[in-house]
Amino acid sequence: MSEVLKVKTMEEFMAEGKQPEILFWVGSAGSYDDRAKKISRAFVKILNAAQVDFAVLGPEESSTGDVTKRAGNEFLFQMQALMNIEILNGYEIKRIVTCDPHSFNTLKNEYPSLGGNYEVFHHTTYIKELLDSGRLSVEGKVYKEKRITFHDPCYLGRANSVYDAPRDLLRKTNAEVVEMKRHKKSALCCGAGGAQMFKEPEKGDMDINVLRTKDALETQPNIIATGCPYCNTMMTDGIKAHEKEDSVSVLDVAELIANSL
Amino acid sequence: MELVPNLLFAVALIVGIGFFVRNVKKLTRNIKLGRDVDVSDHKSQRWKNMLRIALGQSKMVVRPIAGLMHLIVYAGFLIINLEVLEIILDGILGTHRIFAPLGVIYDVLIGSFEILALLVIVAVVVFWIRRNAIKLQRFVKPEMKGWPKKDGNLILYIEVVLMCLFLTMNAADFQLQQLDVPEYTKAGAFPVSQYISGLLQDLSVSTLILVERTAWWLHILGILAFLNYLYYSKHLHIILAFPNTYFGKLNPQGQFNNLDSVTKEVKLMMDPSADPFAAPTEDTNEEVPEKFGASDVMDLSWVQLMNAYTCTECGRCTSECPANQTGKKLSPRKIMMDTRDRLEEVGKNLDANKGEFQPDGKQLLDDYISREELWACTTCNACVEACPVSIDPLSIILEMRRFLVMEQSAAPTELNNMMSNIENNGAPWPYNQMDRLNWVNE
Repeated sequence: MSEVLKVKTMEEFMAEGKQPEILFWVGSAGSYDDRAKKISRAFVKILNAAQVDFAVLGPEESSTGDVTKRAGNEFLFQMQALMNIEILNGYEIKRIVTCDPHSFNTLKNEYPSLGGNYEVFHHTTYIKELLDSGRLSVEGKVYKEKRITFHDPCYLGRANSVYDAPRDLLRKTNAEVVEMKRHKKSALCCGAGGAQMFKEPEKGDMDINVLRTKDALETQPNIIATGCPYCNTMMTDGIKAHEKEDSVSVLDVAELIANSL
Repeated sequence: MELVPNLLFAVALIVGIGFFVRNVKKLTRNIKLGRDVDVSDHKSQRWKNMLRIALGQSKMVVRPIAGLMHLIVYAGFLIINLEVLEIILDGILGTHRIFAPLGVIYDVLIGSFEILALLVIVAVVVFWIRRNAIKLQRFVKPEMKGWPKKDGNLILYIEVVLMCLFLTMNAADFQLQQLDVPEYTKAGAFPVSQYISGLLQDLSVSTLILVERTAWWLHILGILAFLNYLYYSKHLHIILAFPNTYFGKLNPQGQFNNLDSVTKEVKLMMDPSADPFAAPTEDTNEEVPEKFGASDVMDLSWVQLMNAYTCTECGRCTSECPANQTGKKLSPRKIMMDTRDRLEEVGKNLDANKGEFQPDGKQLLDDYISREELWACTTCNACVEACPVSIDPLSIILEMRRFLVMEQSAAPTELNNMMSNIENNGAPWPYNQMDRLNWVNE
């Protein structure tokens, strides 16, 4: 991806005395993880195409604290939260969109009682809105002959009941969308949540991501779609464990849409 | 002499209910050992949840076979209890089938009780087969060894015996009605027990009366005994499912509570004008700093403790748990069972020491729930979603992690590294915060 992306920071907006439509919360994975950075870029490509006047915090953004909260470190979580809230409130941010369901959940549900009240969207819901309002249109050619299955991220699905937006978007690509046996409310976790992403799993007879990828592969997909950078890592590793990396790819819904514009 | 049965009945009733009240008191005392939590909000939503989830069994039917069977036993339990009301009134007043004057309505009632009783027996047999012959995975997990397994089967046996006694009583009654025995007014319809009564055909009137009376007495004594068995059994859910669904979590499942005690300290830390060495002012009664997280049952909230008593060990949580499915030690059901076992132990300690807890060198953490179990959780909420009575095992796991991390600094090393990265550079990986925007031009 060598095309030039238009990304402005909040600081730049401030200097111009302007307020963006929405803040793109990139998240730690979206900022630093090589795979997740591509998702950030794909999402910005969509925002640029829809001419959304958005901002990012850039170096002023810091971890939401989701992972430390779930690891049990409430202190560090609240320190992160209060710091972020100070910055967000300082810039008078009202609306936030993010590609990370964990940031989405934390910003939307756990910041309000600490003084951070924002309208928070997961990127799939936001892209859906752009399509519905006519600001964005999808050509839908690239994936026409493909079979896609969607893995529900726990913190998007069960945790916040967002099930339809990502599926609606997938259908826009004109691919065949197939469901795994366990999906939506009963979807199996990819194994990354609750700080598992950052440690070795406890002793067991299988890794969770391998089990979940098995669910996905049973649908004979060409593509496993997801809406979370951590799920993406886990499913990608899972496919390697099943030695299917040559025939099946793991892509974020934003990437599928960005490629279908 | 004629009053002797009435008196005996009254004594049985008083003893039965008296013991039950004592058990309920003990139960409430134990639950109240938990920390206070405000659940007085959103009353109408709470009532709706209770009606839908507990009364309406909405989550039970997610699994159709078990759901249907459970629905039968549940309906049987609710409806056949109308019959118990008649039995109690008859017992006290010395009457026989006091509701008989209801005529056709009575026939319909007794008839439907009988059909339900038969269906309950069928459902219970299916349940027994699932537990003991097919050995469904969730019923044979390690935490089900010993008492939990026995308890599960015992409940099934008691239910079959009670239903059989009810049908035998009716069969003998029906036979006596046919023989025009004066005390047995012709009343009720007996769609099931009329077939059993064929077996009683050759018996004399006095033997039939003996059979009828024995079944009647054993049935009601059995019910009173069962009522008192509840406290010692996983079967408490028949009562606690209602308050438990009422007080269940209303927020989105992904929303974990923010600890107020932490907010206070963090705000103080971040406030540049606060003097950390300031002496406490005279008028503020410095409270003992609250313990962060939970290492024992008293550190949990009373709702979490009620959750533990409500659990009927069905194991739907465990069968949905990704960690458990991949062979890890964590089982959300075991978290609930351990919490109840420890709470019972604490309760017994209180009983033995005039209500004052004497330290016993034990706690929920390590003595019941291991760290390996706690760290295996992905916080995916599958267990919470699966529970048919709104139990939240995940909230207990989180409280115990909080204790491990904030009171003991005992997180796994990798997590400590991750946390110090966040502390130092605002991301779980050791990257420079100034590089947060590099992705734009890569």
